[in-house]
Amino acid sequence: MNNKVKNILWYVILLSFSLIFVLPIIWIFISSLKTSNEIFSWPPTILPNEVTFSNYITAFSKGNFVTYFKNSIFVAVTATALTLLINSMAGYALAKFDFKGNKVIFFLFIATLMIPLQVIMVPIFIVLRNLGLYNSLWGIIIPPAATPTGVFLVRQYMTTIPDEVLESARIDGASEWRIFSMIILPLSKPVLTALTIFSFMWRWNDFLWPFVVLSTESKYTIQVAIANFVGQFSVDWNSLLAMNIVAMIPVLLVFLFFQRYFVKGIAMSGMKM
Amino acid sequence: MYRWKKKIAPYLFVLPNLIIFGIFIVFPALFGFYVSFTEWDVLTSPEFIGLGNFIKLFQSAEFWTILSRTLIYVFSVVPITFGLSMVLAIILDRNIKAKGFFRAIFYLPTMLSFIVIGVSWRWILGNNFGILNYLLDLAGMAPVNWLTNATTATIMVIFATVWARVGYFMVMFIAGLQGIPGVYYEAAKIDGASKWQQFRHITFPLLKPTSLVVVVLSTIQAFKMFGLIKVMTTGGPGDSTTYLVQEIYQQAFQVGDMGYASAMSVMLFLILGLLTIVQFKVSNRGGNAYE
Repeated sequence: MNNKVKNILWYVILLSFSLIFVLPIIWIFISSLKTSNEIFSWPPTILPNEVTFSNYITAFSKGNFVTYFKNSIFVAVTATALTLLINSMAGYALAKFDFKGNKVIFFLFIATLMIPLQVIMVPIFIVLRNLGLYNSLWGIIIPPAATPTGVFLVRQYMTTIPDEVLESARIDGASEWRIFSMIILPLSKPVLTALTIFSFMWRWNDFLWPFVVLSTESKYTIQVAIANFVGQFSVDWNSLLAMNIVAMIPVLLVFLFFQRYFVKGIAMSGMKM
Repeated sequence: MYRWKKKIAPYLFVLPNLIIFGIFIVFPALFGFYVSFTEWDVLTSPEFIGLGNFIKLFQSAEFWTILSRTLIYVFSVVPITFGLSMVLAIILDRNIKAKGFFRAIFYLPTMLSFIVIGVSWRWILGNNFGILNYLLDLAGMAPVNWLTNATTATIMVIFATVWARVGYFMVMFIAGLQGIPGVYYEAAKIDGASKWQQFRHITFPLLKPTSLVVVVLSTIQAFKMFGLIKVMTTGGPGDSTTYLVQEIYQQAFQVGDMGYASAMSVMLFLILGLLTIVQFKVSNRGGNAYE
């Protein structure tokens, strides 16, 4: 077999294999554009006979879909801001100060990667209830904000910033907070961008935590709402598929605009997610 | 003044993270450990019963069924994910056309939540309306009850998990491959080594650190799986796709047996810890031929 034929063959195999990864998503999208009659017609139509956005309109008008969406946005944005602030502060302290307990604290952070929510589901529920955070959006924002992964990423990055930068600022009389916010943070932009993207995605896609913490429908995030929707006796596929597509959009947009950071972020951490 | 400030500053910087961490991870972990030795329905106060929950656990046939079912799921997902992500990485690390496009496609599902993924596959695999059964029909084959038959449901849950995660580990492997100096391959070529020999003696051994991370992470992730199963099969048909985390959730929040659920959580923690230690030990014993 000559090289060219062999090459083409490779591409055909790769292309058909990659179809397994995109076609399902495309199929969900196409299905979500069909009318309620057509969606269940047998044999199924491949492309919709009549393109309709009525499923989206129904999904948004019926139930509290707008509320779920707002809740998800609120949680993802607030939690990401909090994560960035406290992780970068902790990462800075661990990277740039030689203080008593430095190593112990760092080890403690990393060791808890071994304690996922799945393991502490029961006690965390009790803790949140006693703190009055049960069934509150803050109950899903605050606890996971202290991510070990985030602290680790930031610390690793900040160790590469030369100490002289800090020392000269100190001699000039800058306060510790000023050094952190005006010098360190701007210098750490790449790692902070990566952390922002990952944190937003983790929170947007998060399910188990909100599922354990939230009990009233008006507090649901999109993921919890969709999961409960499936659990109902007869599944309303029209609205469900539309919701499913809407739930994909924010992360797909993030992916589209920040693709290169994903590769960097994964390579940097080799951890979690 | 300046010195004192520099001394106190790191503690203040680390404090917010440490407080949240202590309240929401360290304390619950210790508290959960305690709860596992008690009988507790949340409404009353916990009553210490020693190893009672663990004895009940070990004597429960149901627990062993769920545990072995979980192990089958995990030990199917991990090797398939591992092999597939490595193969994809090796193909897409080479200088082929449109490699960025292919990487993006395989990475795409890892961006989606397990809820979204579960719903999508449930729609595709539906018995009477799913596109997959229609395709089988076109090919002249009988329809399959994908998610309502215990065996196929298990296979499809494994498949969906691999589908969802393989792109993430592919990117990790690509990063690992880029760390292997090209001169090794050039030297091997001069010595007349075949493609397989190059993989066997250069790529695979040098990828060992990455491989280890991939195995550990994919194992932990598989043990933790909850959302995908919740929407794809709801643990069914029957309880044929109910795994350890589903069972912990049910015992805690549906049955209300916090002590028993906590005992299972402790078991899950021990399994995760033990596997990680074993995997690191095994890989260290092998040694690295190039170091």
